[in-house]
Amino acid sequence: MPSASQPSTTTLLDTRAMDRTLRRMADEIVELHDGTEDLVLVGIQRRGVQLASRIARLIAEREGEAPRLGALDITLYRDDLQTIGPRPVVGPTDIPGDIDGARVVIVDDVLYTGRTVRAALDELADFGRPARIGLAVLIDRGGRELPIHADVVGKRVELRRDQRVDVLVAELDGADSVVVVPKTAPPSDAGRAAGGGRSKKSPARRSAAGEASA
Amino acid sequence: MTRPLVLRGGRIIDPSQNLDVAGDVVVIDGKIVHAGPRGGVPDGAEIVDCTDAIVSPGFIDVHCHLREPGREDVETIATGARAAAAGGFTAVCAMPNTDPVTDNQAAVGFVVRQGQKANSARVYPIGAISVRQEGHALAEVGEMVGAGAVAISDDGRPVASAQLMRTALEYARTFTIPVVDHCEEPTLAVGGAMNEGIVSARLGLRGVPTEAEEIMVIRDILLGRRTGGHIHIAHVSAKGSVELIRWGKDRGIAVTAEVCPHHLSLTENAVEGYDTNAKMNPPLRTAEDVAVLGEAVRDGTIDVIATDHAPHHYDEKEREFADAPNGIVGFETALAVVVTSLVGPRIVDFATLVERMSVAPARIFHLPGGSLARGRPADITVFDPAREWVVDPAQFLSKGRNTPYAGRKLRGRAICTVVGGRIVYHIAAQEH
Amino acid sequence: MTSPLGKDLLALEPLTPEQIGLILDTAEPFKEISERAIKKVPTLRGSTIVNLFFEPSTRTRVSFEFAEKRLSADTVNVAASGSSVSKGETLVDTARNLEAMRIDMVVMRHGASGAAQFLAQRIESNVINAGDGTHEHPTQGLLDLLTLRDHFGDLRGLRVCIVGDVLHSRVARSNIWGLQKMGADVAVCGPRSLLPNAIAEFGITVFDRVEAAMEWAQALNVLRLQLERMTAGYIPSLREYNRVFGVTRERLERADHDILILHPGPMNRGVEIDSDVADGPHSVILNQVTNGVAIRMAVLYLLAGGRPELAETAKSTPGGER
Repeated sequence: MPSASQPSTTTLLDTRAMDRTLRRMADEIVELHDGTEDLVLVGIQRRGVQLASRIARLIAEREGEAPRLGALDITLYRDDLQTIGPRPVVGPTDIPGDIDGARVVIVDDVLYTGRTVRAALDELADFGRPARIGLAVLIDRGGRELPIHADVVGKRVELRRDQRVDVLVAELDGADSVVVVPKTAPPSDAGRAAGGGRSKKSPARRSAAGEASA
Repeated sequence: MTRPLVLRGGRIIDPSQNLDVAGDVVVIDGKIVHAGPRGGVPDGAEIVDCTDAIVSPGFIDVHCHLREPGREDVETIATGARAAAAGGFTAVCAMPNTDPVTDNQAAVGFVVRQGQKANSARVYPIGAISVRQEGHALAEVGEMVGAGAVAISDDGRPVASAQLMRTALEYARTFTIPVVDHCEEPTLAVGGAMNEGIVSARLGLRGVPTEAEEIMVIRDILLGRRTGGHIHIAHVSAKGSVELIRWGKDRGIAVTAEVCPHHLSLTENAVEGYDTNAKMNPPLRTAEDVAVLGEAVRDGTIDVIATDHAPHHYDEKEREFADAPNGIVGFETALAVVVTSLVGPRIVDFATLVERMSVAPARIFHLPGGSLARGRPADITVFDPAREWVVDPAQFLSKGRNTPYAGRKLRGRAICTVVGGRIVYHIAAQEH
Repeated sequence: MTSPLGKDLLALEPLTPEQIGLILDTAEPFKEISERAIKKVPTLRGSTIVNLFFEPSTRTRVSFEFAEKRLSADTVNVAASGSSVSKGETLVDTARNLEAMRIDMVVMRHGASGAAQFLAQRIESNVINAGDGTHEHPTQGLLDLLTLRDHFGDLRGLRVCIVGDVLHSRVARSNIWGLQKMGADVAVCGPRSLLPNAIAEFGITVFDRVEAAMEWAQALNVLRLQLERMTAGYIPSLREYNRVFGVTRERLERADHDILILHPGPMNRGVEIDSDVADGPHSVILNQVTNGVAIRMAVLYLLAGGRPELAETAKSTPGGER
């Protein structure tokens, strides 16, 4: 565990480890749902969306059938707009078709306080009434403030308040990895080739968004 | 009998005698007995040290609104006269747009008496041109002059009818008084809140084109030519009007004109942000107009600087721009604005300032004062030409606080005002 | 963290291109919310918004009200008729009274230019100008920009002509500033008696003939002609206006390219615009209405976060990090 004064970055998962982890998560999701029937993966903006699409691809490789994919931006469902101010650009929310009776798995990069998931549950409820909603996260870093539990976890790690997890994905950040940095560090993806999306905000802005989905 | 008074050691500027000399002004029995180097000190005289100050004939404001009768909550003749004295004015001419209108001898007499009671700067009434300023029937001008009116005007309610203006000029000529016109062609100006131009177009405010003024200026000048009456153009705001006045003067027509300190120092840009303290009629114009007006003061095309002092209640200005009333207070900032805007940049010198604020007003309105010649009434202004101060409306003696100069640093301030040999204002009495 | 727009939205003239771009970008995801079965997100839950309308307006008020409700704000409509003068209570008193009831935002429509700024300077709540006199109508300008961007993809270099009573139009002013800032080429067309005298100083093209404007423009924003302009003597008759400046199908067909048609509404069919143009294939008038809700949601959302003092408190509270 790096100390707060240590500026260096600790790698939690490198590219290969991340790939292995995602394969295992894909398997667990299929196992948990006994196949892909009525399965919908919904990624939370932004990096949850890329992770969901990776996992969907891995499921398709194994099962020969891909689950439906969706994206959710929970910005408008957050309970702290008044205190931290609006995120300048809200990402798209795209729920594929009817989710009544579906088995939805919310996919996110990091599970921390649980508030993002709470907001995602609220938002999903406005789109329909799934038979079941599950949660898959790449990293569970502890520190929950709400009674929320993930069904599928890539890696568990206990971190202090002054630490932060940055999940980097090839689509947006150039390469896959998961790193632990001091909370005050500049975003790990700074300077790297930014991926798509219409957001052209400063790295600091993106970091704020990243923390919000922690 | 008041004590003799010696204003000692100032720079005496009296354009009526081409005087610009260091020395003393000596006053006995309310009259000037000496103005020049080394005056003697009469027995028991009060001595005012005027070192570093300019001593001049008292300023006369030929255009102000004292609001009494009718709006005593906003200003009274007494508060107005004291505010005028604090600004260095020894006499002011009160416009007749009161409630009721000053359009008869009794109303004129009321203003005269209230002015005497105020016992500060002298107050001269201006009578209305038309009954109730309605622009129809000529008021009883002869009786008003008999009661003390020094001019007639429908200021605030421009004279739309050319025939009425013609008659007024002819009739006033009988009594040797000027007709003062607020030049505004009413159909062009209707609903206007500021100068018409790029700023009004941007702010979405209805503009008043300069032509609204210019059309009436030339109408009045031409009627002056026809009648031989004396037309005095109030508060000139547009450069085109200056050309027209020059045209009239070149032809020997009896036209005189005044300009206000705000039109010499502010532009339409002051309206930006919908500041109602920049709302006046005529409106603030462009930088080009300001430059031409300053030049016209220098060359004498414009004879007089007058304040158009127009106090309003705080609430009346605290509203939507289009609904806010026109006008600003002017007594206590006029001198400093002129010094800062015209003398500072060397557009005019102090002798010209005194000429336009004292000598010319007395000459044009046939008033006592305007000179420090021996035997003249001792109406005297002592001002510090270099004194810098920040305008704080809360310190005004006027009841009005509506000024666009609040918070501005200005140069030049009256320090002592003498009316009829008596000190009616001394800055030391205001400062603690 | 202060709102990226500041406390208020009063006009487009003082905004930067970045701020306008931000509002347009923010409006994109809000379009989708209005397509959902449950057209509501909890973003402004607990916020109280007063719609203070001193002039009658149906569409703008309804559009704001939809935007507010879809963001879960509590709304109160106050219809105050007439300019405040005759009613006794001044605008500032009205506003202070509302604020004393602890509201968060005021959306105001008022007949006096500058009224929104006047209000904003005197109360703590956020103020959104829903039209002030003949000054600006910023959300209308923004929704027009969004509609044009939807259609053309990019506003840079786009040739847009505003047709009609520019002199009295707050929509025209907001469009001119918004379009100029976003890099479009702007022109106006109308009788000279309904154009500001100083229009040349705006840095835009003026067309005296609507046919010439159509040759030039990729889009026309056709302004409503207030019927009282005729009685006030600015134009001789509505009939002549339609004959000379009316946007008709015959005229549009004579242009050698398709022209997008916008109109802020409500329309005077047969006066400034003919029905077959308003209802025609190149009309995006209803898209404007739809976009109006999204733009207003975006503006409400962007202004809502601007409480720096709360942000400071949050920073010092453990667990403030999300």
